[in-house]
Amino acid sequence: MDAPKAQFRRVAIRAGQPATLSFEGTVIRATIGDSVLAALLESGALIRRLEFGAEPRAGFCLMGACQDCWVWSAEDGRLRACTTPVADGMTLFADPQPMAGGHG
Amino acid sequence: MADIVIIGAGPAGISAAEVLCAKGLRPVLIDEGAQAGGQGYRRPADDLALDMNRLMGSEAGKYTALHRRFEMLRPKIDYRPRTLVWAIDGSQLHLLRDGQAQTLDFDKLLIASGAMDRVAPLTGWTLPGVFTLGGAQVALKDQGCLIGSRVAFLGSSPLLALAAKQYRDMGAEIAVIADTTPLAAKVAALPALLRAPRTLRRGIWYMAASLRAGTPMLHGVTPVAVEGENRVEALVLRDKRGREHRFACDAVALGYGLKPETQLADLARAEFAYDPGFRLHLPKIDGLGRARPGLYLAGDGVRIGGADAAEASGALAAHAILSDLSHPQDIEVVRRLARRVKRLRNFQRGLARAFAWPTAQIAALSDSVTLCRCENVTVGAVRAEMCREFGPIEVNRVKAMTRCGMGRCQGRVCGPALQEIVAAEAGQDGALAGRLRGQAPIKPIALAAAGYPT
Ligand SMILES: Cc1cc2nc3c(=O)[nH]c(=O)nc-3n(C[C@H](O)[C@H](O)[C@H](O)COP(=O)(O)OP(=O)(O)OC[C@H]3O[C@@H](n4cnc5c(N)ncnc54)[C@H](O)[C@@H]3O)c2cc1C
Ligand code: FES
Repeated sequence: MDAPKAQFRRVAIRAGQPATLSFEGTVIRATIGDSVLAALLESGALIRRLEFGAEPRAGFCLMGACQDCWVWSAEDGRLRACTTPVADGMTLFADPQPMAGGHG
Repeated sequence: MADIVIIGAGPAGISAAEVLCAKGLRPVLIDEGAQAGGQGYRRPADDLALDMNRLMGSEAGKYTALHRRFEMLRPKIDYRPRTLVWAIDGSQLHLLRDGQAQTLDFDKLLIASGAMDRVAPLTGWTLPGVFTLGGAQVALKDQGCLIGSRVAFLGSSPLLALAAKQYRDMGAEIAVIADTTPLAAKVAALPALLRAPRTLRRGIWYMAASLRAGTPMLHGVTPVAVEGENRVEALVLRDKRGREHRFACDAVALGYGLKPETQLADLARAEFAYDPGFRLHLPKIDGLGRARPGLYLAGDGVRIGGADAAEASGALAAHAILSDLSHPQDIEVVRRLARRVKRLRNFQRGLARAFAWPTAQIAALSDSVTLCRCENVTVGAVRAEMCREFGPIEVNRVKAMTRCGMGRCQGRVCGPALQEIVAAEAGQDGALAGRLRGQAPIKPIALAAAGYPT
């Protein structure tokens, strides 16, 4: 299912505190300052499956306009991955989580 | 004292704030982003080891200057980063800052909301690894990342070659630069383009640089498909002679120029008119940027003109505000700015001919192509709805019946292509296809913030 090869390729090092997050149970290492989307695509090639037909998606505009990069956290509900900075300990999912009420 | 609010801290909004500050006013400057600078002069995080001078090339000086100017300006204005304007109600703005809803009343409102890529759909464009051309630049400047290791650039824009060059300099392989506009159209547009020689030279230089590097650069292509299993593996094109080519790649950057983000102008009750040159419905403004009393529009958010035009039009709109507040004006300064804005925007019209929005290609898309990424609506579904007896022939009606454009992006992505499909199917001009209306919230927000019970 998940392609092993990463989509993004980092070409500029970020100096910052390391952060560890998890996405669908997989541990992902990132640096504070990275966007959630960059962190996910540096270690994989998919971030969500479309509600209709489950086709894979991984964002599109990268500037907060298309909303094609939503991921879900049990604490904070829906996050727009391309404009949300990573935080240490984030636990993220490709699908809405039961705790994520109140977000529409 | 009047409350002046500027939305957008790009070159347009920053220049406007400067002009107002110089007269002792203290405008509010709101931006959704954490850093000022807007899209083109996006400021990379300080902790990213990116050589902006190398990346920005001849624009590096301007980039640095804008950020220096903003630092001087910052203590003199009410700057509100990370703040989204999601609705406008009469003379009140609805804001969302760090998850908190707020309101803000204004007397004069300047919207400088910038632009986004205009894209034409093709088979496979929803695959992971296809990003907008602007997005490819954002990934690099904002995140220090390439969207892939071997990237194909598809669309029609001078920025295709520019971005490809930036990518190549940063170590990407360029699979192909494929432009849908024939070379002949570019040659025909040369006289118009020559009016702004500096920009032209830059464009030609980038094209030459890509060619020198042995990157295939095709003009007049017809996109066939992005292929791949769960991710991008190749871009398939037909060249101008109709021969099919397959370029192996792991990412595609897609862009057909920019289109203004006009949702806020719409909510602020600007009037719109169809512009046949750009094939877009654009807000009406006077020569200084006034849309109606108290409402001013500047930068790429109202007319695509690039960073220089954005700066000049922001300053110009600020002068309009000052004049409407009865501040004495230097007429010569205002005239000069107005001439500059006009010249730069005319140049963009020339560009729109040389790098054309591929109307005929979109009208010829096959039924199976996904048109609306959010709601998964195909081109065929739109056509089928329109073909029914008394079927809709206007985009908002089509949207209501097919959900195309009704999803979470509010038609920002599919809107321009939907317009062409609807116009072609109804056998009429883009003007009559109508325009998708902006609706609050202009971007999805937590319902609780909008005051709805959860
Ligand atoms: C993705 C992208 C990449 C680009 N890259 C380049 C490039 O590399 N080189 C180049 O020369 N040009 C580039 N451009 C072109 C660019 O549009 C212009 O050069 C220039 O930035 C236009 O200035 P502006 O002030 O009109 O708008 P922008 O610089 O786009 O600024 C608009 C600002 O408004 C803010 N905003 C919009 N809506 C809201 C809202 N509802 N609430 C709060 N804030 C809001 C945005 O966050 C943004 O900061 C790019 C454009 C895009 C869309
Ligand atoms: S990728 Fe478009 S909103 Fe995040």
